[in-house]
Amino acid sequence: MPKSLGKIRPHLTQDEQLLFEMSSPGKKGYQLPELDVPAVDAAAALGAGNVRAGIEDFPEVSEVEVIRHFTRLSTWNYGIDLGLFPLGSCTMKYNPRINEAVARTEGLAWAHPYQPEELSQGAMEIAAVLEQHLGEIFGMDAVTLQPAAGAHGEYTGIMLVRAYLAAQGNPRKKVLVPDSAHGTNPATASIAGYEVETLKSNEQGMVDPAVLAAAVNEDVAALMVTNPNTVGVFEENIVQIAGILHEKGAQIYMDGANLNALVGLARPGDFGVDVLHSNLHKTFSTPHGGGGPGAGAVGVKKHLEPFLPVPRLKRIGEMWSWDYDRPQSIGRVRAFYGNFGVLVRALAYMQAHGGPGLKNATIDALLNANYIRARLEEHYQIAYNAKSMHECVFSDERQEKQGVRTGDIAKRLIDYGFHPYTVSFPMIVHGALMIEPTETEPKQELDAFCDAMIAIAKEIEANPELVKTAPHMTRTSRVDEVTAARKPRVRWTR
Amino acid sequence: MLDACGLNSLEDLYNHLPEAALLDRPLEIPAGLSEFEIADYFKQQGARNANGYASFLGAGVYSHYRPVLCDVVVSRGEFLTSYTPYQAEFAQGTLTSIFEFQTMLCQLTGMEVANASMYDGSTAVPEAAMMSSRINGRHRFLAARNLHPEYREVLATAARNAQMQVEEFGYDAKTGRIDMDSLVAKLDGTVSCVIVQSPNFFGVIEDLEAVAAEAKKHGALLVAVFTEAVSLGLLEPPKAADIVVGELQSFAISPSYGGPFAGVMATKEKYMRQIPGRLVGETKDHDGNRAFCLTLSTREQHIRREKATSNICTNQALIALMATVFMSVYGKQGLRELAEQNLAKAHYLADGLERPFSGPFFNEFVATPKGGTPEAANAGLLKKKIIGGLPLGRWYPELKGSMLLCATEMNQRADLDAVKEALR
Repeated sequence: MPKSLGKIRPHLTQDEQLLFEMSSPGKKGYQLPELDVPAVDAAAALGAGNVRAGIEDFPEVSEVEVIRHFTRLSTWNYGIDLGLFPLGSCTMKYNPRINEAVARTEGLAWAHPYQPEELSQGAMEIAAVLEQHLGEIFGMDAVTLQPAAGAHGEYTGIMLVRAYLAAQGNPRKKVLVPDSAHGTNPATASIAGYEVETLKSNEQGMVDPAVLAAAVNEDVAALMVTNPNTVGVFEENIVQIAGILHEKGAQIYMDGANLNALVGLARPGDFGVDVLHSNLHKTFSTPHGGGGPGAGAVGVKKHLEPFLPVPRLKRIGEMWSWDYDRPQSIGRVRAFYGNFGVLVRALAYMQAHGGPGLKNATIDALLNANYIRARLEEHYQIAYNAKSMHECVFSDERQEKQGVRTGDIAKRLIDYGFHPYTVSFPMIVHGALMIEPTETEPKQELDAFCDAMIAIAKEIEANPELVKTAPHMTRTSRVDEVTAARKPRVRWTR
Repeated sequence: MLDACGLNSLEDLYNHLPEAALLDRPLEIPAGLSEFEIADYFKQQGARNANGYASFLGAGVYSHYRPVLCDVVVSRGEFLTSYTPYQAEFAQGTLTSIFEFQTMLCQLTGMEVANASMYDGSTAVPEAAMMSSRINGRHRFLAARNLHPEYREVLATAARNAQMQVEEFGYDAKTGRIDMDSLVAKLDGTVSCVIVQSPNFFGVIEDLEAVAAEAKKHGALLVAVFTEAVSLGLLEPPKAADIVVGELQSFAISPSYGGPFAGVMATKEKYMRQIPGRLVGETKDHDGNRAFCLTLSTREQHIRREKATSNICTNQALIALMATVFMSVYGKQGLRELAEQNLAKAHYLADGLERPFSGPFFNEFVATPKGGTPEAANAGLLKKKIIGGLPLGRWYPELKGSMLLCATEMNQRADLDAVKEALR
């Protein structure tokens, strides 16, 4: 193994057993206070049949073993704190630590959702201010913070469309989804009870107004469109697209996964969108945490407002109150009021930037993506010539001639110390490399990334095998995912 | 950078957008604040909430001590700022911890497969119903009336939009357990699953084996729900269930005004391919070392699109990690001792109070204040900086004179005594 590659030098990490393997009877890492009430005999109080024997094979480890275990595991991971994380559509921007600090404020972190409203005014105020800011950013009349994640926001949005159309007399049958869409879009439409019809994108990777017009009829409830779309291009016909749908009484739903390209520049509500969701863990910097928690705020135009999930915030005099009396509401989509701790972080992010700062962040995101595109275009085939917004999408068609695919390039990129871009998505691009740097990357990091990508392109010319068998520098070499799926082993057993 | 892009100005980055789409004014959001000002703002808002109160609220959100290590681990940037572990070679930390999480959830629930977590307990319920429907092709669901009311509302919302028919069955007014006759009367060969919470919303422990036996007679599945995970340290696991869903908030996740939490979804091995959400599996790397990766992803939306088992594309990884650290710190002995302390506190509190239900309870129970309403009793307690129980009339008109009380290891004897006095 070479001692260095680009900016990478290997460092020591340790093997680590699973908790169950390091466990031994009697070891413990906790200390409870002395019980200040009489002990209760569980079998007598609950009936012997309701009381379990010990939890078989549950860990028994000491405190120092716990901290070492998880610290060692953490060193096998990669995160934004370690470097560029250019996953397209995922918006892996820096997660400011002030957000973490304020979410742990005593009166917020320990607020019980059923404590009296007069003792919850601070939490309710935070939610109200966030709803207002998001409404302003979206160009929408009302916002719900209840959905727990992006896909959950989509689901909420499509249920709103259904409830609105049903109130008009006909919920309709179909939802149109472009072939470039995230997989969650068709999955959402399907679990919300709609048939999915796929729309073929045009040669620019955009929704084709003619194809759309031919598909829209009285059976169509909505189009689910991502804008900028998944090839990182602004749907230039969006106003016309909205017109085509509205003319036939259909709604336009926007997947706000790529809202980071628009904040302060353009507002979905102004270009015709009826309902959208925004992933607060993308655009508004709350941490991804290895796959959640997120939050999926949904914004709507006035005509959809009566259908929003209960409860809604209501101002009564000087006080905030929860309003449950919403007869047209679709109902609850989640217990309580949403992922409040995530909402706190998103508001802190908005406050740090302020209105002008949010717009500057958007422009920086566009500049960083276009800079990467400009530097890599000579070495990789850009998927579409249309102007890139916050991300750029290449195809592996040049590298494929050497037998190297996008997935291989991604693994080699790990050797250079970068998390891979999004691999093989969108599906309309042959072997896609979808790259989104976000605004928080300094030029030095962008250059190091581009240098690595260019070095890999050259390696593919000289020695494709090197790339096809990557990664070589990591403690874990290429993982056998096929066997994992063929003989699933999803828990530890003795 | 603009030169490298062949652009003259920053406006060139976006002036190709249609004019009708461009915002022609600044956002109406105040100018940026310093870190100090942001911290101060949230401190002020926090101060407007309850501070320094003892609380006896449970009902799906519980106050338990959070071992310091939980925050220490989840604050590590390698966990906090990583993504869903698609690139296994670069995410073994997250993947290994999820594998441990899945294993511990199996050990706790008596199931054979647990996924990497769900959004929360409430949203896991309709996911379980849809899973049951995929298993037996039926679309009628029976939910207990003593299932958490907000969980029932979430299920009802989902049902309205899908091909799902949800019916509720009652509870026994004496025991607080489900009314078996009411269930049996509705059970037939069209029922996909029966959904029962234990301990239920009233805190009463259900006889899940009896429910499973009745369901089985008609080929229906049993979905067992829990909201208080600490109970699993002491209570017999819901082994009779086909699918177990629940809420992990009790495992070191702060109440945080209702979220973010983490849901659980566990089942038997034979139903593994019908489970929604992320699953981590064990495998080897090219050099033969043990390694972990996301697996069975052909169930999922990014591959199957409209034919996926669910539209879910995340779990609650960081929250699940917090719970994993919690389970590691307490371990086999500690979780039991913690549960025993909860049992002792709640039973001490209940002793001498008027309780409408006779069924066995863990750390929550329903009590009826003598000579006054729950609201009046709570108002008196608030003056002593105690938040009392949850009045039940909002969801159960027949119980409008009663409240749901919860006691955990966090409640001290003096406060327990104050509540007893206020209710007697």
